[in-house]
Amino acid sequence: MEATHDHGAHDHHDEGFIKKYLWSTDHKMIAFQYLITGMAMGLIGAFMAYAFRMQLAFPGMHVPGIGVITPDVYNALVTNHGTIMIFWVAMPVLIAAFGNYCIPLMIGADDMVFPRINRLSYQIFLLSAIVLIWSFFVPGGGFGGAWTAYPPLSAEELYSLTPTGSSLWVVAVGLEFIAFLLGGINFVTTAMNSRAPGMKALDVPITVWMIVIASILFMASVGPLLAGAVMLLFDQNLGTGFFDPMSGGDPILWQHLFWFFGHPEVYVVLLPAIGFSGEIIAVFSRKKLFAYKTILLTAIGTGVLSFFVWAHHQFISGIDPRMANIFTITTVLISIPIAEMVFLYIATLFGGSIRFTTPMLWALAFVAEFIIGGITGIFLGASGADIYFHDTYFVLAHFHYTFFPIAIIGTYAGFTYWFPKMTGKMMSERLGKLHFWGTIIPFNMIFMPLFVLGAAGQHRRIYDYTGFPELSLDWMQMTRVVATSSLLIMLSFQVFFFWNVFASLRNGKKAGKNPWRSNTLEWTAESPPGHGNWAELPNCYRGPYEYGHPDREEDYWPQNLPA
Amino acid sequence: MQKPIATNRSSMGIPTGKLAVWWVIGSEIVIFGGILASYLMHRLGHPEWANYAQHTNTMAGAFNTLVLLTSSLTAVLAHNAAERGDGKRAANFLLLTVGGAVTFLIVKGFEWNYEITHGYVISSNQFWSFYYTAAGVHAMHVIAGAILMVWVSTLARKGQELQRVELIGLYWHFVDLVWIFLFPLLYIAK
Amino acid sequence: MSEHAHDHDQSGADQGGDDGHHGHPDSHYIKIWAILCVLLMISVLGPELGVQLVTLITAFGIAFVKAYMVAKNFMHLDVEKPIIHYILGTCLVFMVLFFSAVAPDVMEHDGSNWEHLTAKQVVADGLEAMEAEQGGHGDDDHGDGGGGH
Repeated sequence: MEATHDHGAHDHHDEGFIKKYLWSTDHKMIAFQYLITGMAMGLIGAFMAYAFRMQLAFPGMHVPGIGVITPDVYNALVTNHGTIMIFWVAMPVLIAAFGNYCIPLMIGADDMVFPRINRLSYQIFLLSAIVLIWSFFVPGGGFGGAWTAYPPLSAEELYSLTPTGSSLWVVAVGLEFIAFLLGGINFVTTAMNSRAPGMKALDVPITVWMIVIASILFMASVGPLLAGAVMLLFDQNLGTGFFDPMSGGDPILWQHLFWFFGHPEVYVVLLPAIGFSGEIIAVFSRKKLFAYKTILLTAIGTGVLSFFVWAHHQFISGIDPRMANIFTITTVLISIPIAEMVFLYIATLFGGSIRFTTPMLWALAFVAEFIIGGITGIFLGASGADIYFHDTYFVLAHFHYTFFPIAIIGTYAGFTYWFPKMTGKMMSERLGKLHFWGTIIPFNMIFMPLFVLGAAGQHRRIYDYTGFPELSLDWMQMTRVVATSSLLIMLSFQVFFFWNVFASLRNGKKAGKNPWRSNTLEWTAESPPGHGNWAELPNCYRGPYEYGHPDREEDYWPQNLPA
Repeated sequence: MQKPIATNRSSMGIPTGKLAVWWVIGSEIVIFGGILASYLMHRLGHPEWANYAQHTNTMAGAFNTLVLLTSSLTAVLAHNAAERGDGKRAANFLLLTVGGAVTFLIVKGFEWNYEITHGYVISSNQFWSFYYTAAGVHAMHVIAGAILMVWVSTLARKGQELQRVELIGLYWHFVDLVWIFLFPLLYIAK
Repeated sequence: MSEHAHDHDQSGADQGGDDGHHGHPDSHYIKIWAILCVLLMISVLGPELGVQLVTLITAFGIAFVKAYMVAKNFMHLDVEKPIIHYILGTCLVFMVLFFSAVAPDVMEHDGSNWEHLTAKQVVADGLEAMEAEQGGHGDDDHGDGGGGH
């Protein structure tokens, strides 16, 4: 018996430029808006990294493109580099862009459930980016109190020296939170409710699940920090003393408010990247995703557990040592589910028919590099070891070995995988692989040495080590130069990515609907999909990872084909 | 704008609008929870705040509680009318609810005006900082809710989108719930 | 799981309510409201007695009762699908978690090998001012701003 089909909206009358590109409610267009904004902010964040690493390698020298870097400029650079990369690159690209693009397509829907709220959430996000950039140009310059913004440094003009910049920074972050709360509602409701007929919970692709779990984690954790941001703003401008002990407040409260959100936040950005990798690994191993249900439960368990580890960021800031005991145990515990997911991905690869396409290379690199990040986290999670490592470059190397795979490798994995669907063109594999190796090898040469520097005692957030005799040894300074040079090489290779994108848009091979021969529903739509995605919305008849099924002649079995 | 098909699907058996509102309420629980938990741990650690709290106007607070409870009543009566398909009646009850919101804000305005002119400002001490911040964030939600409610009632009067009457009502009840806890925390704990 | 998902209502008006209708007459809600008003009165009068336990029960105990009544009767939370209960319950649990883990640092002013001297001073100063005020002229609403800074 033929199942009934929903009929998607057909093409509308010709839309003007503004309606089509700037005022659209189409989830695909909004996804592109987030993607482009996020990548543009990424270039700004990368420039900041370039600037402060030049200062570290060649202290006091004129840095091309920005000049001599003074201490307050250095502080503003490291602060905003971190803030931008997490809130204005990782989140919009991994969650808002790919979430917006992939969720309706992967569940067989014609759009998000609330298209106008979707548009509004992008607009608020754009506003937040503008406010942040504005903060660089006000008297006093941009906020320089680290992305963690601990008071009293962040609350008192006397210490921060950036009265307007500090407040604008807080407002920008607050607006970004509101944008993502709104966006998250759309993602979660759409994924929960608007699935194709026949698509049960376990038929939903891992990408969608991960983005949804991430959105839920965000929504459940950001509240206290939103409250804290209001309090900080008032401390900065209205003379309140929420975080001032002399007024009856407590700076430790800010730390707790911040990290209660801050720790789940890293899993908020991690899960989508894990999702993309899982999707890609299954497709290019031509093999079922191993223990899909377990991966899902593990992700949920990780999310829950992530709410119980936050004070490992505060081991030496004066929290009650009894709390530190508890948080050490929970922190070390959380490495287990992540390790398990890695094993499951390796099990997926085992015995598979592996194709080393560019997306696959990125997905594999994600797993490999993230392992290094995860393992080094255990050193830091043990409160005893953390007494030494806290605030050194060991921490910095650890979180770059996690964040870089998440934000950069994860983005390139998703981008190269879905580019054919988004544009109808294939990317150049040659340029893609050149870009890949030119990113991965220098990446390791930037951050591996930083573990060594951190273990040798190099503190974070110091703009010039020449004032510290024990930290300006020859080998240390040479290591800094090596790291900076590697960064310059890595940044140069990104040219190949942009070249690939533009050349492929112009001359790339036509992709067709399903160049990767994947099972999931987005590959049954046109490349790129029209408004409404399909003329007839698909139904779902099986799970997303039926590769190499014995009953089938082909090695894949799309979800939308009747049995 | 024609709604996408996605909006009317219901894999969970719950209408999408309602599911979304419950998620909003969930995230608001953690926002207000953050403010109130922070307030509570300070209040319990600072017994001298009982003295500062003496100067809050319990009668104004109690009256405002009554106002919000009544507005929740009119909101649920609006929902009842909407369920029967009576858009006009629903719209009228919603406007009564908005009237409650406005009354609440006016009373608060007078209350705060008195307190500010007598020297109890947001920076007077930590108790007053929390008082104005918590009640202020709540008041912002009252204003936002009232605006949305006017919009929903306008559509409902024309018989359109009647399901939204319940949804804005749910949000409104949540705003009332927060105040139910704010009232004893700020006004009674003396 | 109800598959009335196939009921594409293109006109845009979703069914209200979970199982269709909440089917109570208006008088039911008015009765609930009346009970809430009585509870409100008790919670205002209770603290006047000046007994701490009574204040706790009437002010805060009743707050929980009122909240439950609003949630059950006005929001119809009791007939909502279980997933909604899980969502809200989880958020509440996280708030309890937040309070329990942070209070030992912020609420307490000493602990295992540490002492928050500034906070203790602030509390002591405030209590002293409170004693002085009560020892001096009687409770006056237009008194000093309560130990500003």
